Amino acid sequence: MPRRIVLGIRSVGHRVIDSVWRLGYAARFFSLILLKSGTSIRRFGLIIRELYFTGVLTMIIILVSGLFVGMVLGLQGYETLQKYGAETAVGTLVALSLVRELGPVVAALLFASRAGSAITAEIGLMKATEQLEAMGMMAVDPIARIVAPRFWAGVISMPLLAAMFSAMGIFGGYLVAVVLIGVDEGSFWSQMQSAVDFRFDIVNGIIKTCVFGVAITAIAVFEGYDAQPTAEGVSGATTRTVVTSALVILGLDFVLTSFMFRGVG
Amino acid sequence: MTTKALVEIKDLNFSYDERAILKGINMTMPRGKVIGIMGGSGCGKTTLLRLIGGTVTPSSGYVKVDNQIVHELGRNKLFSLRRKMSMLFQFGALFTDLSVFDNVAFQMREHTDLPESVIRDLVFMKLHSVGLRGAHNLMPAELSGGMARRVALARSIALDPMLVMYDEPFAGLDPISLSIIGNLIRRLTEALGMTSILVTHDVHESLKIVDYVYFISEGVIAAHGTPSEVRESVSPFVHQFIHSEVDGPVPFHYPAEKYATDLNLENRFA
Repeated sequence: MPRRIVLGIRSVGHRVIDSVWRLGYAARFFSLILLKSGTSIRRFGLIIRELYFTGVLTMIIILVSGLFVGMVLGLQGYETLQKYGAETAVGTLVALSLVRELGPVVAALLFASRAGSAITAEIGLMKATEQLEAMGMMAVDPIARIVAPRFWAGVISMPLLAAMFSAMGIFGGYLVAVVLIGVDEGSFWSQMQSAVDFRFDIVNGIIKTCVFGVAITAIAVFEGYDAQPTAEGVSGATTRTVVTSALVILGLDFVLTSFMFRGVG
Repeated sequence: MTTKALVEIKDLNFSYDERAILKGINMTMPRGKVIGIMGGSGCGKTTLLRLIGGTVTPSSGYVKVDNQIVHELGRNKLFSLRRKMSMLFQFGALFTDLSVFDNVAFQMREHTDLPESVIRDLVFMKLHSVGLRGAHNLMPAELSGGMARRVALARSIALDPMLVMYDEPFAGLDPISLSIIGNLIRRLTEALGMTSILVTHDVHESLKIVDYVYFISEGVIAAHGTPSEVRESVSPFVHQFIHSEVDGPVPFHYPAEKYATDLNLENRFA
């Protein structure tokens, strides 16, 4: 067999083995986070501090984006629905789109770009400047002290941010449809209220955001902890967090949606 | 070297992948002394500190600290040993999200139940000993290189350790800061009765403060002795190192093809 083909096969083999090894390493890392979460739960102040950085500081981008997404939905929804004389259903369209899909997914994408990348960069730089090793030498476990609080703060923040995104989006839809265009306010709210189901729409949306929260923060802390301790390594890890999170969010969204909304009218 | 040893290294070998970094190292480090470890960049000095701290495992041989073989300790026993030792990293490794005060207080808060008022007094005492009590409110980003190193020094002695390891404490410092750090290492070692291991390639400053020095070259101990012994040494490596000579046993040129081959002279004039 020509040498070039052998080298090609070998290179594919190496990549597959590396990927499987890295997946196993990530799974082991994730179980270590869960095992070492005791410190974070006992000292909840550590999580509260991280909630500020991952949650509160992400609020602005979430609220502004939610408002604009809702406004666009209101505008596009009205444009289509008025052709069939169903413009009062615009509230239902805005609410269902946001609560079922756009709220969890767009909020998660924004969360990954804003908070996920920040977590990776911070942990990666702590590694590059030997802060994690210094902590280990002080007999303080960096996974328990640095990684776990950030992980739980992300998991708690994500559903709350997605809820804010959806609420702000509905308000944006209201502004456009009712205040600007003049759709009847009573119909807007009452149709929305009767069409949105608490169990199938809101609870399922919350489940999605929780799953996305776990996935994004797990990816972010892993990439930061596993980053090469150089400027190039940290920048590569940050990029990987955003790209992997985006793909995982969209993939998981399809899987979850196909289970949750099968046969629901 | 008759005092009872705190650190004992026996037939220590360490390799990264297939590359041998340390080859058959034997050292004895008595309590209460400042021990220097010198050698060129990449000779395995920092790896030796990591082996003593138990962050890496030897390929063979052992490091014994306070009569315990480091790599054989379980996680809890290793962490318990690490509470009695500390390490000053090359650029301080201060926690950038914590103030100077909180950096020094970090270990006290993590490992003790001391009330905040006592921690406050202790932190001020540690910072006073390095001359930076007035800087307790500053963040690491606001410190000069020398100040950061002094804060890291205060942090490393926060729990009065029996052993402090210094990884290139003089790197990148101006002459005044360099002298201050050198004096502090000597003074604190004597005042706290601890043992200090100083990894450096700053010959002049370190020979002023160490009690005993080991030279490492290509993973083996090339020479060792007291500062006066090594100054008189006839070993070509030690001579080159101490007198900062450009060429010698440590060659100026990285191994390469013949110069003429690289310039293609052989073909041109063949």
